[in-house]
Amino acid sequence: METRLVIINVVIPAIKVAVVLGVMSLAVAYATLLERKVLGFIQLRLAPRRVGFHGILQPIADGIKLLLKEDIIPDRADRALFILAPVISIIPAFAALAVIPFAGQSFNVLGFEIKPWITDVNIGILYILSISSLGVYGIMLGGWASNSKYPLLGSLRSAAQMVSYEVPLGLAIIGPLLLAGTASMTGIVRAQESQGVWFVFPQIVALFCYFISGMAETNRIPFDLPEAEAELVAGYFTEYSGMKFAFFYLAEYTNMIVVSSIATTLWLGGWLRPFPGVQALSFLNFLDFISPTLSGVFWFGFKVFMVLFVYIWVRGTFPRYRYDQLMNLGWKWLLPISLANVVLTALVLTIRHG
Amino acid sequence: MFHTEILEVNMGPQHPATHGVLRVILSLDGETIVDCKPVIGYLHRGVEKLSEHKLYVMIPPLCDRLDYVGSASQNLGYIEAVEKLCGIEVPDRGQYIRVILAELNRISSHLVWLGTHGLDIGAMTVFFYTFREREMILDLFEAFCGARLTTNMFRFGGTLEDLPPGWTEGCRRFIDLLPSRIKEYEGLLSQNRIWLERTKGIGVISAEEAVNWGLTGPCLRGSGVNFDVRKAMPYAAYERFQFDVPLGTECDTYDRYLVRMEEMRQSARIIRQALDTLPGGEFRGKVPKKIKPPVAEIYHVIEGPRGEQGFYIKSDGTEKPYRVRFKSPSFVNLQALPVMSKGHLIADAVAIIGTLDIVLGDVDR
Repeated sequence: METRLVIINVVIPAIKVAVVLGVMSLAVAYATLLERKVLGFIQLRLAPRRVGFHGILQPIADGIKLLLKEDIIPDRADRALFILAPVISIIPAFAALAVIPFAGQSFNVLGFEIKPWITDVNIGILYILSISSLGVYGIMLGGWASNSKYPLLGSLRSAAQMVSYEVPLGLAIIGPLLLAGTASMTGIVRAQESQGVWFVFPQIVALFCYFISGMAETNRIPFDLPEAEAELVAGYFTEYSGMKFAFFYLAEYTNMIVVSSIATTLWLGGWLRPFPGVQALSFLNFLDFISPTLSGVFWFGFKVFMVLFVYIWVRGTFPRYRYDQLMNLGWKWLLPISLANVVLTALVLTIRHG
Repeated sequence: MFHTEILEVNMGPQHPATHGVLRVILSLDGETIVDCKPVIGYLHRGVEKLSEHKLYVMIPPLCDRLDYVGSASQNLGYIEAVEKLCGIEVPDRGQYIRVILAELNRISSHLVWLGTHGLDIGAMTVFFYTFREREMILDLFEAFCGARLTTNMFRFGGTLEDLPPGWTEGCRRFIDLLPSRIKEYEGLLSQNRIWLERTKGIGVISAEEAVNWGLTGPCLRGSGVNFDVRKAMPYAAYERFQFDVPLGTECDTYDRYLVRMEEMRQSARIIRQALDTLPGGEFRGKVPKKIKPPVAEIYHVIEGPRGEQGFYIKSDGTEKPYRVRFKSPSFVNLQALPVMSKGHLIADAVAIIGTLDIVLGDVDR
């Protein structure tokens, strides 16, 4: 009995964390390849195709290259903070993955029930919000510790940007939260299942606000001011090289995946497959015959992929906002819209439920 | 207790947005530009001094390397100046071919401008689209003379060669294709909210100020001043073609963008007319073996892609010029950078450097 408890409470979670970390690191690495490929096709290029079949090993080659590169710490940088900053920025990014439900059904291994998420706390979404807002410290400290002008400007920009966009981001999330009546990530998906509608339909405005704020939070074009190449060379990580640079880079892409996962969970029905009620499309549950968990993971992954694709598509299409315009957009447009959405949703819910 | 300081930032000479080796010393109050000093000379090669030690025929390749993006215009300007000095006649066919090549070069230069300008403002994809079309122009150049960038296509009295067989068809295909491709770029930019916000009202310079600062080319016409050397003092065969000179009204970066886009269309129009009415006969007239101008001096201007390109040559009657002076449009346009960018944000400075369309080889000479 004693060993059973140890296994349930220590070994299984540890394995799950290891698996999620491993798979996600790989997913993040391949997100970079995905971005390069999609951008390449948008821009009439072939994108990487030298390493492996059609460049399939490119992220691995990049990783090895960055690992072996000389790691330069500028003379006048604050050594301790300079080393700490990339770590601070990558840890919250990965920590946010702890509450993401990758599938709905649990499965059994050797008599142990294994749930396809690391943990399911009842304040899941709040946990993500709070932990991911820590990431900005990494960026600010990195820019400050470099003791150089471009990184300083970049980190100031990003601090202002991330703090401002956290507000509409949080407000946008409240919409689906109200509909679901729970802040647990699995609970939100189950609510979408039981209500028979993905929240993207009643909460399209919230998704819109969330998506734009999410782009700003992850410093993507058109909001990539902190690292605007044409203006600030590389922004807050100008002075970084080698693996420390890679950490910032990975943190950015992990954040992208986290933001896409939240959008998937809150609005796009998480692990649920599309059209459950339509007979003609019932072949979409083909993976259920192997394992319902696998099916959930597949649909979850597929939706995350689609959201990521839109991110990259946007990058291939839009120019970059200017600093003040970005602030205008956040405070004058997104904030009122998402606030109005919250009020409207609450009003409709109150009227409906008396 | 608290005080603020002006932050001095060195933008360049190695910086992704300075289009070469321009160094700009920015004084920043937060992100606002208080002062801006362009520092030039990193690409100075002493072309003018070098020319004093070369025969007249040896100078055109150097001219190509002034403004390497618009090399055909440079070449044309110098050669016409010497022709004027010596009184060399150019047959009609030669003139027409010159116009075709110079206008193709203007289009390719504007394509480079559009791509890099977009890249500076963050629109990455336009760059690759414009370079696809530029590639077609470079292929045409290659088919004509074997070189792609610094082409050196013109000779005293005409051109290097007659148009090779099949060249006009290839050129026509490109000209037919271009309008649809320009529409594609405009689809990405012209109505794009972010593009509008980034370019409207940025780097405004009134017509009067533009004239006072000596701005030329699309930068001058973007401020609504109707001055195009091709119309004002026609050279080559330009007086025989119909084309409009697009003008801006708002004097801002967006208008300069519109002006250049329209100029590409007008260039295509000129090329089409030239191809339709291409006369037969010689492509190069009779030229003396030795180019030995009389003792005289001359100043000849042409309309390059960046504006008024001046060539001053003083001859002392020998086979080498006594003094050569190139008036570069990039240099005069760059002068206006501090005026145009004061009070704007860093991001705008990048956009303004882009809209001035400078080539550092041309600035430093």
